[in-house]
Amino acid sequence: MSDYILETKGLTKHYGGVHALVDANFTLERGEHVAIMGDNGAGKSTFVRQITGVEQRTRGDVIFDGEDVHFAGPLDAREAGIETVFQTLALADHLNVPDNLFLGREKTKFDWLGPFRLLDYKSMREDTMAGLVKTGVKIPNIKNSIANMSGGQRQCVAIARTATFASKLTIMDEPTAALGVQETAQVENIIRTLKEQGESLILVSHNMRQVFDLVDRIIVFRRGRMVANLRKEDTNGEDVVSYITGAKTGAEFEGAA
Amino acid sequence: MSDTSEGTGGLSYDKSKRQWPNELNVFAALILIIVIFEVLGAIFMQQSLLFDSRDRFDSIFNEARLRIIIIQVAIIGIIAIGVTQVIITAGIDLSSGSVVGATAMIAMSFAQVAEVSGNPNPKAIFGEWALDLPVVVPVLVGLGVGLTAGAINGLLVAYSRIPPFIATLGMMLFARGVAQWWSLGNPVSFPTDAYAVIGSGMNPVFIFLGLALLFHFIMNYTVYGKHTYAIGSNEAAARMSGINVPRHLLLVYMIAGALAGLAAVILTSKNLTAQSGMGLSYELEAIAMAVIGGVSLFGGRGSIIGTVIGALIIGVITSGFTFLRLGAFYQEMVLGMIIVGAVALDQWQQKRAAARA
Repeated sequence: MSDYILETKGLTKHYGGVHALVDANFTLERGEHVAIMGDNGAGKSTFVRQITGVEQRTRGDVIFDGEDVHFAGPLDAREAGIETVFQTLALADHLNVPDNLFLGREKTKFDWLGPFRLLDYKSMREDTMAGLVKTGVKIPNIKNSIANMSGGQRQCVAIARTATFASKLTIMDEPTAALGVQETAQVENIIRTLKEQGESLILVSHNMRQVFDLVDRIIVFRRGRMVANLRKEDTNGEDVVSYITGAKTGAEFEGAA
Repeated sequence: MSDTSEGTGGLSYDKSKRQWPNELNVFAALILIIVIFEVLGAIFMQQSLLFDSRDRFDSIFNEARLRIIIIQVAIIGIIAIGVTQVIITAGIDLSSGSVVGATAMIAMSFAQVAEVSGNPNPKAIFGEWALDLPVVVPVLVGLGVGLTAGAINGLLVAYSRIPPFIATLGMMLFARGVAQWWSLGNPVSFPTDAYAVIGSGMNPVFIFLGLALLFHFIMNYTVYGKHTYAIGSNEAAARMSGINVPRHLLLVYMIAGALAGLAAVILTSKNLTAQSGMGLSYELEAIAMAVIGGVSLFGGRGSIIGTVIGALIIGVITSGFTFLRLGAFYQEMVLGMIIVGAVALDQWQQKRAAARA
């Protein structure tokens, strides 16, 4: 088995004439937490979308868990073990917590009934509880519909999917962008819990403090290219900002942007 | 709520966080309406709406009226069960009344007897081959016609991305045209005895309640039900979760169509004749039952039980106005106000619930 859970080689995405992502060579070790930073339009989200199969890459390779992968859609990626927490919450407001966690992959009984096969509520509830305990997510009542929960609780539910389905890699695209201070703290606690449990994580964030608090390594994108690969110990906020704005470019990326 | 120290990790069932089922509100409304009619009845008519006030019956209830209340909503109630599912997906079905009309004509054509009091059936649509057929033939034809109409609705909505309002409006006009073209406006009459049994007596009520129970179960305990709610609640999330949304929508519209077809079979069996104008405005009454029963037109919310109670509310109001000897026009004015009131109340409750969370 490879040491890397995820590796991309020359990952490139063109939207017509727009070169949104150019030759991204990226590696992520098992259990490592990496942040992706960069200005708006720098290619962060494009990079994530190529990995999770939301879009099809123009060229390059994605190697996940030692295998060359071509995900046809986000569902394929999820089945392979990549769980994505989207910026826009992919939750159904009128359903409760277990229903949302298991949406599209319900545990069922009497499968010969086709679309009318029965839901195994008990088993899904137990798995949900286990997932919540594992991530330390606190929800007053999992039988309440998502509509009656705060933004933080909703985001926690989205993140709890990761733990419930024993994924190999979690990708979070600005998970706290819409949250208040306390809710952000709650989500950050969960991310720390994931770290302790050895989950690999890619965190897309604009929040410098959060990034330095939570991750091991910082990747900076600028104008579609990777321009820095920094260990947290070797850098500081000012340094990262100069990479983001273009005042500096990493030695190994010279000539890239 | 957002404090990290709060909550129980989802480990216990916090009763204070329990949600009040919406069906209870609708049921309370039903009780309130009954009480109003009882009070008005006691004041103006000196008798009770639902209870036996003159010792005419063996039980404490006025059974004859109870029976009328439920039988007059049973057939449209069957349509409403399908319409409820369509509305929960954030769709609408305007075609069900016309589908009843078309299905009534077509199904009845296969249910006719060969001889009426010794003479050949004067209303026969087809030749001898279509007369005196086993009862299963017209029933299957009826279900099939409804299913086909529903499938066309579903294909238009799910795969051609035509808004449900337009797709089913088209089907509404088309199916009514079919109903009138089928026998050029002539009624189709004289069904076989076996066919006439289907809608006789309390059978429509048993079929309605049986289907309501079946679909209550399906909506709450099967993948079909869960996905129906999920699509109405957040279609994008449903798609991202891997639900085949178009295929599911097609199935929902097909079920609604089949239920409208079944309603047509029961209606023609009960009336012993089919006419091209049958089912006129049934689609609106079915939608009204669902809406009064707490089904949200925005999708994701509502239940079969709620719709059944909504149907009973309409039945009680209809009977209540007859009981008070008030004209049908008042009844329609009041029904109109109740529909708008029910939606307004629901909106207000949603806002309050959102503010509390």
